[in-house]
Amino acid sequence: MLSAILAFTALAAAFGLILGFAAVRFKVEGDPLVDKIDALLPQTQCGQCTYPGCRPYAEAIAKGEADINQCPPGGEAGIIALADLLGRDPKPLNARHGAVKPKMVAVIDEPLCIGCTLCIQACPVDAILGAAKQMHTVIEQECTGCELCVAPCPVDCIRMAPVQQDIRSWKWQAPLEAAGSHA
Amino acid sequence: MQTSSSPHLHSAAPVSSVMLRVIYALIPGVIATIWFFGWGVAVNVMLAAIVALASEAVMLAARGRPIKPFLLDGSALVTAFLLALSLPPLAPWWITLIGTAFAIVVAKQLYGGLGCNPFNPAMAGYVVLLISFPREMTQWLAPETVSGHALSFAQAAQVIFSGAAPPGLTLDAVSAATPLDTLKTHLHLGETVEAARRASPVFGSLGGLGWEWINGLFLAGGLWMMYKKVITWHIPVALLGGLLVMSTAFHLFNGDAYVSPAFHLFSGAAMLGAFFIATDPVSACTTPRGKLYYGAGIGILTYIIRAWGGYPDGIAFAVLLMNMAAPLIDHYTQPRVFGHKK
Amino acid sequence: MNAKLWRFPGGLHLSGHKTESTRLPTQRARLPKRLTLPLHQHIGAEAKPVVAVGERVLKGQVIARAEGYVSAPVHASSSGTVIAAGDFPVPHPSGLSAPCIVIETDGAEQWCERHPTPDYTAQDPSHLRNLIREAGIVGLGGAGFPSFIKLNPLGKTVDTLILNAAECEPYITCDDMLMRERAAEIIHGIRIMRHALHAAHCIIGIEDNKPEAYAALVRALRELRIDGIQVIQVPTRYPAGGEKQLIHVLTGREVPSNGLPVHIGIVCHNVATAAAVHRAVQLGEPLISRYVTITGPGVPEPRNLEVLLGTPMAELLQQCGADPSSIGHLVMGGPMMGFSVHTSSAPVVKTTNCLLAAEHAPAVQAAMPCIRCGACAEACPANLLPQQLYWHAHAKEFDKAQNYNLFDCIECGCCAAVCPSHIPLVQYYRYAKGEIWTREREKQKADVARARHEFRLARLAQEKAEREARHAQKKAELAGKNAPRETAPH
Repeated sequence: MLSAILAFTALAAAFGLILGFAAVRFKVEGDPLVDKIDALLPQTQCGQCTYPGCRPYAEAIAKGEADINQCPPGGEAGIIALADLLGRDPKPLNARHGAVKPKMVAVIDEPLCIGCTLCIQACPVDAILGAAKQMHTVIEQECTGCELCVAPCPVDCIRMAPVQQDIRSWKWQAPLEAAGSHA
Repeated sequence: MQTSSSPHLHSAAPVSSVMLRVIYALIPGVIATIWFFGWGVAVNVMLAAIVALASEAVMLAARGRPIKPFLLDGSALVTAFLLALSLPPLAPWWITLIGTAFAIVVAKQLYGGLGCNPFNPAMAGYVVLLISFPREMTQWLAPETVSGHALSFAQAAQVIFSGAAPPGLTLDAVSAATPLDTLKTHLHLGETVEAARRASPVFGSLGGLGWEWINGLFLAGGLWMMYKKVITWHIPVALLGGLLVMSTAFHLFNGDAYVSPAFHLFSGAAMLGAFFIATDPVSACTTPRGKLYYGAGIGILTYIIRAWGGYPDGIAFAVLLMNMAAPLIDHYTQPRVFGHKK
Repeated sequence: MNAKLWRFPGGLHLSGHKTESTRLPTQRARLPKRLTLPLHQHIGAEAKPVVAVGERVLKGQVIARAEGYVSAPVHASSSGTVIAAGDFPVPHPSGLSAPCIVIETDGAEQWCERHPTPDYTAQDPSHLRNLIREAGIVGLGGAGFPSFIKLNPLGKTVDTLILNAAECEPYITCDDMLMRERAAEIIHGIRIMRHALHAAHCIIGIEDNKPEAYAALVRALRELRIDGIQVIQVPTRYPAGGEKQLIHVLTGREVPSNGLPVHIGIVCHNVATAAAVHRAVQLGEPLISRYVTITGPGVPEPRNLEVLLGTPMAELLQQCGADPSSIGHLVMGGPMMGFSVHTSSAPVVKTTNCLLAAEHAPAVQAAMPCIRCGACAEACPANLLPQQLYWHAHAKEFDKAQNYNLFDCIECGCCAAVCPSHIPLVQYYRYAKGEIWTREREKQKADVARARHEFRLARLAQEKAEREARHAQKKAELAGKNAPRETAPH
């Protein structure tokens, strides 16, 4: 009896030492979780997830306050990437936060613009150029399509337009699945 | 204008013609099997083919897949042939039915159908039968030249479907264990290989009587498939090589306890396994080097099961075991991609 | 000539279908009424127009200049008037339109001023490269990469210049005919390229199914008394004309994955490019025409034509006896790697080597599941496992496909051609590549957006801090006036 207890104590101590040594010796200096989550988010800064930007949403996911399916711009691919990172099961996008839409950019109808700068203040990525009483314009390349500038405009001169496909942005589609092939 | 994706040229024979060629290559061996073991073999093959096509059709319908293209691809037929050829020539009809239905319904369709089954369906069906019905599955026939009784097609069918022997004949008179089985029994009694081969009439000069011819003709069919590029040389060569190396080594070590390599190569399902069963591409390895490991693994496992295992032949178990290892082997045997470091 | 040759993995023996279009000598294509010149006929940035609608242009005049380093200018292929500038159908697998300049020809074929440099040996290689760049020359084998870049050794030693005359795809014969008819021009061009690269060796690699072209090259070398250029016949096996494959066959060296031939001391150009280089340097003529093979089951009189760039494909079909309205399937390039064009009104561009016309697209057999037979892996010249690439691309597991070296795939089509299940494998790989590129682009865009957002937050915080500081200062000043004797509490 005593020898068994001693043997197990010795074993436990030995394994504990090995594990402790391994934990110190092979310590992984990982990125903090928030950064990793933030890296997977589309950085639209649209707030559809109910958080004021992508990083706050990442922090909420890391804390366990928010679910991984609240980001419509990230779409299914984004949810799967988050699920992989966090070791969870992917789930469909929560429809309360919106639907997946094609990529859009904001376009200002320039003759209508009165130069009020409200949209400039709303833009989370400084993609609108202009000054008070001057006509504003959207830097198309920098626009994330978050739609946050649409509502503040007092003269409704901002609309969202789908990103035009040209030869450079065109890509091959997956072949149509024949009825016979496995899904 | 119509559009299509390149290449706009196709030189490949479709899956159905690949499967058809496999069946063509089987025919000489099938005829030899019928020649030595009677019409029961033919009855089994036909029954298995009907059951296989019927269960395939039912499963395709249940899974909401188009029936015609998959029924015509011939893969179910190949499974039926391989399983039926592994069954005792006068096995009761329900043996063939259960085995074939299991092969198609469970081992193939429930895993996702053509292209998705991790295990060779015919061997899965065979192993289920061997484990569930060992008595029926080991009751082989003596070659008709030995027993002196030749059953007609109708008589064979009667035995298979009713279980009753034709008048003036007892089933015991025609049945005998296979040469591999007989040898095993004798060796267990402490006899030498030589004594065993003298004691029983089921042995021939190379392997079992008749089995030599059957294996020889399956070998010929296999070589034709290689010539027609239906299969590559890797798996059969590695399988037979593995079997040859093992059997030669142990035969040289102790010729009394371990039978000659020729006996191993020309007995049981050696050639059928090497050229037709192990080469089922879906469940085998797919990289060239992987195919060598896979084939050699089957050869070595087959020898181990034959020499020391509880079952007389080991092809089926060896194939299933290596099926399990195939994805891992594939992972570690990826060829060096052009332009990557040697 | 007996030289040691190497063998690349895989490959296919395809029936050539080359004799159909080599029976007749090459003819000049008729001058069309309108020339549609796309601004983007090459790899790299789109050229920038320098002419206005209504302007009269001369043959060979620059109508769009190169924009940036990797780009090529576009020249008027004939004299006439610019009548439009805008989006028109171009040969591209998408079928989308792209910016073009349309010239109405006047039939005068009046050349602009040309500046030939007959004695290239006196020229500095960088000057030669500039001439070639200004002539708008790009790889004429089909890739369309600006040639002057590949004539810049970038400080590396180029020991071998390889001329690709393999033309391994079935049906295409434009290089074959060019070699038969203009071998001397090719040789002159090769000497210029060699001078620019300081290459010690020079090999022309030609498939052994073109004995006439081989003989023509050997004869031209003898007549011009030029030494040091080897013409080597390589076994006919598709894709022997792939750049990496040809280099391997001729030298035994493998272009590293993600690397360029110049990294192993080799530069490879197409023979038609060599002829264009000769014309550009020694005759002062920019790239405004090329040999195009018009062939296929829908063409009654298959042949090669020398075509002005910008000529509508339909006119070429007509010239070879085909009724464009009866052509239901038109492929630009060969049957293995070419793509379907959506309309025969699309123009011939710098990379148009062949037009393959048929009344109908080849009947597409429904794809069956992959049975992992491995026929594709045996045929793959890059030694990939196409069945695994397919498996992962099909499951949208693009990172796993990348682990199986998706980007080493040259899209030669061997795998799909031999697939007994008729799976459109190459299309799966293109799809997977496109998705990976898109994700990469989106990731970069997201990184930029994140940086801008963070910068904005920092700026707002700073503005707020400054404002508060000002407020505090004002308060302090006011407080100081009201109560000068009080000391600030600590």
